[in-house]
Amino acid sequence: MSIDLWQPSAQVNTLAQRATILRAIREFFYQRQVMEVETPSLSSASVTDVHLASFKTQFIGPGYAQGLPLYLQTSPEFAMKRLLAAGSGAIYQICKAFRNEEAGNHHNPEFTMLEWYRPGFDEFSLMDEMDELIQLILNVQPAKRLTYQQVFEQALGIDPLTATIAQLQNIACEQGFADIAKHETHRDTLLQLLFCMKVEPTIGQDKPCFVYHFPASQAALASICEHDTRVAGRFELYYQNMELANGFNELTNAQEQAKRFNDDNVYRNANNLTAVPIDTRLIAALEHGLPQCAGVALGIDRLVMLATDKNSIKEVIAFDVERA
Amino acid sequence: MANYSTNEFKGGLKIMMDGEPCSILENEMVKPGKGQAFNRVRIRKLISGKVLEKTFKSGESVEGADVMDTDLAYLYTDGEFWHFMNNETFEQIAADEKALGDTVKWLVENDVCTITLWNGSPIAVAAPNFVELEITETDPGLKGDTAGTGGKPATLSTGAVVRVPLFVQIGEVIKVDTRNGEYVSRVK
Repeated sequence: MSIDLWQPSAQVNTLAQRATILRAIREFFYQRQVMEVETPSLSSASVTDVHLASFKTQFIGPGYAQGLPLYLQTSPEFAMKRLLAAGSGAIYQICKAFRNEEAGNHHNPEFTMLEWYRPGFDEFSLMDEMDELIQLILNVQPAKRLTYQQVFEQALGIDPLTATIAQLQNIACEQGFADIAKHETHRDTLLQLLFCMKVEPTIGQDKPCFVYHFPASQAALASICEHDTRVAGRFELYYQNMELANGFNELTNAQEQAKRFNDDNVYRNANNLTAVPIDTRLIAALEHGLPQCAGVALGIDRLVMLATDKNSIKEVIAFDVERA
Repeated sequence: MANYSTNEFKGGLKIMMDGEPCSILENEMVKPGKGQAFNRVRIRKLISGKVLEKTFKSGESVEGADVMDTDLAYLYTDGEFWHFMNNETFEQIAADEKALGDTVKWLVENDVCTITLWNGSPIAVAAPNFVELEITETDPGLKGDTAGTGGKPATLSTGAVVRVPLFVQIGEVIKVDTRNGEYVSRVK
């Protein structure tokens, strides 16, 4: 441990701006009668998402002499949905989320997340509400809205829903990613490569931009759209090269949810990743009945970066992982 | 040579790319909240000097390059090779014109240079940050004009041309910053 890193990675006046933003967010939800909740950071289950890595620890104590395996949560989503199924009504949470294997200018292994759920909302009415919050905090114009298909067509001239793997490989090679693309046969990996490197820099520059109707294969926990089953009720918010938020018209079908978790673990087992215990309490809550709702998670640290014009996440959190 | 995973990437790490040893300048993780992580890396090719951007899928490995820097004193040139010596072991190494590149114009006998070796052979030579060289040619300056006119070109004993203030004359020794080729001061 190096003692010369005792000082904070953020300036104190930036932390004061951060505190003001947190207060404004709480006031925003207080005015709208959305209840603040707190749910466990440690849970006996975790996400199966093949691109998320959880920290694992164990509780040893009364009743658990042999140790209870626990995972630090990558988001409070599962526990909040259990509250919704129990009849909480509209809720929000500001909490730490933990993701292993992530560090960089936009990533710290522990970070602060704002997550909220609105029973009775679809993804479009939730985008409306989020837009109001973003305008309030960042003092920006109303966000633009484009479908996933539109942004690909604008930036690269291809339709991401109909393009073949070979077409996606070709375009990735043309864009300078031949080393990855020539051996990559996973459709979503190719789409994510092109989206991150070539699409994202072209959207949400002068004002925030919602991208919605992500491909059904990248639905995560969103419901599939009835009018077009190729896409899901999932949206993301981008502003100035920052992915700010991810939202869903939530999947409420317990069987479908259990199937997606199982599919993730099948992929994990086949690809040298450790399978993760499925959150059967979430499945039970969905079986009991999750009200139709929309929910979204927003990275508070990234929001503060935009509000204070900082380039690295460490400049807006007291101590980054290097100083933790 | 060992392989390095993307988690080991950092500024200064030497890796092989397109058959050429490269040095990592910057490494940034790019990852969508839901999706594959990538590493976007800025790399300098150590032989051609080209700087380029490269993207890797996080978790991939690349071959390391057996590249090391060593500090050696410049001895002399025989016209084809430039000879350097380790002042402690007296071991000598000869670098060719390609490895020298522009550095040739900053070589002063006995100055300690940084030689980059790949698999034991010199591929690049960096002069000390500051060298002292004699002016062999420059226009006579106007008396009294000390600053602000942008100076005049002066040719140094190695053939290098730098801009100097008007009051500096032929035969004087000046200190030059080799990183940008700029005049620093006169040497008394």
